Amino acid sequence: MKINFKSVLLILLLILAAYPRIHVFCQSLSSSELIGNAKEHDGKPVTFTGEAIGDIMLRGEFAWVNINDGDNALGIWMSAALAKEINFTGSYKTRGDKVEVTGIFHRACSEHGGDLDIHAQSLRKLGDGRIVNQKLNLDKRNLSISLFGALILIWILSLFRHR
Amino acid sequence: MILKPRLEDLKIIGFYLGKIILGLAFTMAVPILAGLCFKELNPALDFLISIEISVFLGLLLLKICHTEKDLNWMQGMIVVSLSWIVAMFLGAIPLYLSGHWKTFLDACFDAMSGFATTGLVLVQDLDHMSYTHNLWRHLIMFLGGQGIVVIALSFFVRGFSSGAFKMYVGEARDERILPNVVHTSRFIWLVSFVYLVLGTIALGITGIFNGIKPLNSFFHGVCIFMAAFDTGGFSPQSQSILYYHSLVYEIITVIIMVLGAFNFKLHYHLWMGNRKEIFRNIETSTLFITIIITFSIVAVGLVQMGSYPSAVTLFRKGFYQLISGHTGTGFQTIYPQQFLADWNNLALVGVTLAMALGGAVCSTTGAIKMLRIGVIFKAFKEDLKRIIMPERALVIEKFHHIKEVFLEDKLVRSAFIITLAYIILYGLGALVGMFYGHPFLNALFESTSAAANVGLSCGITNIAMPAALKVTYIIQMWTGRLEFMSVFTILGFLIAALKGK
Repeated sequence: MKINFKSVLLILLLILAAYPRIHVFCQSLSSSELIGNAKEHDGKPVTFTGEAIGDIMLRGEFAWVNINDGDNALGIWMSAALAKEINFTGSYKTRGDKVEVTGIFHRACSEHGGDLDIHAQSLRKLGDGRIVNQKLNLDKRNLSISLFGALILIWILSLFRHR
Repeated sequence: MILKPRLEDLKIIGFYLGKIILGLAFTMAVPILAGLCFKELNPALDFLISIEISVFLGLLLLKICHTEKDLNWMQGMIVVSLSWIVAMFLGAIPLYLSGHWKTFLDACFDAMSGFATTGLVLVQDLDHMSYTHNLWRHLIMFLGGQGIVVIALSFFVRGFSSGAFKMYVGEARDERILPNVVHTSRFIWLVSFVYLVLGTIALGITGIFNGIKPLNSFFHGVCIFMAAFDTGGFSPQSQSILYYHSLVYEIITVIIMVLGAFNFKLHYHLWMGNRKEIFRNIETSTLFITIIITFSIVAVGLVQMGSYPSAVTLFRKGFYQLISGHTGTGFQTIYPQQFLADWNNLALVGVTLAMALGGAVCSTTGAIKMLRIGVIFKAFKEDLKRIIMPERALVIEKFHHIKEVFLEDKLVRSAFIITLAYIILYGLGALVGMFYGHPFLNALFESTSAAANVGLSCGITNIAMPAALKVTYIIQMWTGRLEFMSVFTILGFLIAALKGK
């Protein structure tokens, strides 16, 4: 088979030209970058990574999931089907699933009363959440026992003083 | 000649301070119970340690300073101002032990912010905080909103006589609703508890409809109510009210914030069936006018900036932040950085003005307050009339505040002095902010937010800010909440201790 050099070159050029676009499309941005430069990203596809926190708030066929990247939590509007992929959300007793959300960023979403949000198109789970085992802090326990002892001592001393 | 304070003064101050500390210690039992209910043992231990330290300190003061004497004005004022400082330190202990605050100063900052119903925060990783600590954060707003001394007067401390009223006044509550100050305190609690139940139910049910689990929904409901009615502004999640993505939630919180900004005396008259009072009262009419003026400024600013895609979204965002600022609450439905990125200077000035004005006297709001603004406006009107009318004409100005009140010079003078003191306080904080490199308007915004006990932030308040700025805001929150008198008294007391004979 005769290889058409020009065609191969054209395909290669097209791939190279498309690469930055694909890269921009998948560019993962921090919450600070999105909030601080909201006008720049408004209406554009972005990728946001973080821990799902709080409640998954189902609203009909959709849901609100708040995702925290360590600096801020952003509201993500997604289909209820996508939200079902999240098993754990972060709270005191749990660490939430780490997810990567790709969707359209809105600086002031007209659909949602001007909220800064992302309308998710896809969701990828990067890490599973877990239940955090709370072990009793022995230092705190010992300190509280010692302080209780000191209080009892003061009470006994005050009884002696009264007598 | 300045007289040096006597040992007797210190003993009386110490004794009553001890009683208030004990009152505060008992309030820590609430989060302990919550900790046990939610099976959060380590957080419950944090509060057990704090309660023990508080009881130890309170008993020590009662024993060392035991006295039968009643308080005089100076002692009453000092007890109040010291109570708030001590409450900050004791209230910060469980917060710091939780590990969510980087330094003890940061925990003190949030404790003062809570007690003074400000709402500025330095907490870290709030979204993973225990129910126990979150409840305490909101409870201190509820306690601070009614007044730490009011708690002691109402429930925990018996045996206060005329000294009670002195402390009550020192806590910036110069209006008695009922003839007896203890009954007044109890009425304030009654109003707060009735609204607490109604508000929690409304928010809890809305939360469930919004998709929040029932337990979480009612927990959020009680926390958000306490923060809204006491115009505090803390929230259980890091996104403030934006977390809920709900118009109904926003409407309910606006209603609660406005109720919190009303005078308790007005609540009393409304409860007694005197509904006309709301339309006739100088405070509510002034509040209505200032909301219209400041919102107009904000709206023009936002339109100029093209911040929002439609009039509806502009109203929803602009009005919410404005009401939150005007009532001194500090809930946000935008991120702090958006104030600088999406709002222009005019819109920021509108919110800053609203924050500086505040709500009603004898409410849980901070700032200059509506009665004083109304009185100053009436004084201007009276002076204008004097210029326009013939010299022999008798000009009398009156205003309606529960009853008809003649505008007297001493009233106007007092309103002007407090207003001036607040303006100076806002300005001093802004100067410190500018010293640390922040632009004037941003520094003024944050300073006004701290001194007026609001809690809206344009991003200056964060853990990285210099310790001196944190201390400045703590002093502003404390001074602003107590409305200067008791803070000036303690300064005078310190000067007398150093220079007196």
